Amino acid sequence: MNINATLIGQAIAFALFVLFCMKYVWPPLIAAIEERQKKISDGLTQAERAGKDLELAQAKSIERLKEAKSQAAEIVEQANKRRAQIVEEAKMEGETERLKIVAQGEAEVESERSRAREELRQQVSALAIAGAEKIIKRSIDKEANSDIIDKLVAEL
Amino acid sequence: MTAAVTPTGYIQHHLTNAQMCTVDGGIAFNHACADAGFWTWHIDSLLFSVGLGALFLALFYRVGKKATTGVPGKFQCLVEMVIELIDSSVKGSFHGRSSVAVAPLALTLFVWIILMNTMDLIPVDFVPEAASRILGVPYLKIVPTTDLNITFGLSLSVFALIVYYSIKIKGLSGFVKELTMQPFNHWIMIPFNFVLEFVTLIAKPISLALRLFGNMYAGELIFILIALVPWWAQSALYVPWAIFHILIVLLQAFIFMMLTVVYLSMAHEDH
Repeated sequence: MNINATLIGQAIAFALFVLFCMKYVWPPLIAAIEERQKKISDGLTQAERAGKDLELAQAKSIERLKEAKSQAAEIVEQANKRRAQIVEEAKMEGETERLKIVAQGEAEVESERSRAREELRQQVSALAIAGAEKIIKRSIDKEANSDIIDKLVAEL
Repeated sequence: MTAAVTPTGYIQHHLTNAQMCTVDGGIAFNHACADAGFWTWHIDSLLFSVGLGALFLALFYRVGKKATTGVPGKFQCLVEMVIELIDSSVKGSFHGRSSVAVAPLALTLFVWIILMNTMDLIPVDFVPEAASRILGVPYLKIVPTTDLNITFGLSLSVFALIVYYSIKIKGLSGFVKELTMQPFNHWIMIPFNFVLEFVTLIAKPISLALRLFGNMYAGELIFILIALVPWWAQSALYVPWAIFHILIVLLQAFIFMMLTVVYLSMAHEDH
């Protein structure tokens, strides 16, 4: 194991290799690595932000949903109330209408009845007069007794 | 080489580098270089080391060129895992102001040493046998980190950087002060301080190189010894050791890289 000129050769080769490595090998590789690291870290922060956004959006949507549900419930309640009100109103209207019709009918019937009675009375009075005329034709003067007849008629 | 005559010869053969030197103006190999002294080149270590380093750079360069910031492919994922490991290690351990050069340096060290160490997992006879039969190469060691020259080549370069950054950040006087005025801040203690600090400084590259070399050399030696037992017993020994060795391969590369970063960080600190 003797030291000889190989040592010098090796040292020269070493120096050249290190220079080459310094100039052409190390910079592009470390640049690529560092750029990828940056990309990855950017991607991670973006993903984190996106996750936060998503969470926020979810919370918002849940809130909206709740709001919409409560609104819908309110609307349904209102509609129910309104329906009950309408039904009630319609019932009342119907009732008054019915009462009006019934009253009208009664009045009509009443007036018809009184008319018929009047007619009947007149006819009966006429008939009574005619009968009485025939009975007393022969004896009594028609004009002299007319007040009695009128009294009779009124009594019918 | 043909079957080894003796176990000692077999082991020695496996631990010998292919050498090249110039003798009398001409190129000579191996045994002819016995007297060449310092100016001998271990061409197998250099070949595999440079080849693996180039492989690493080519692979990573391709990935870096096609790197997408979108969904990465499987190989890009692997490369990015390594880059991230280095990046986080450097960010965690390096406290100097500018780390432009440190991270690429650590990356190069880490992956390159892993690749060089991984050559250890190739069964010890495969490549040398093939090389000697096909190419006629008598000696071949394919694990560069089992060559002290390779590990020292790396650690001394790191040492040069330590000194360079120390002087650049603290100034020459600051560096000298660091070597002489610590830990005892008195002029009488300067020689003592200097001895202490100088040993500390020098121990850094030496420990770096020897740690890596020792681990890989020992591992390689065990593999060679396993190759010496009868063939039917080899798998029973080879498999557990190889699996354990995967850990050492990665661990040693990581330790070398990490200590380099720490040393450079220390060089950047001024008091």
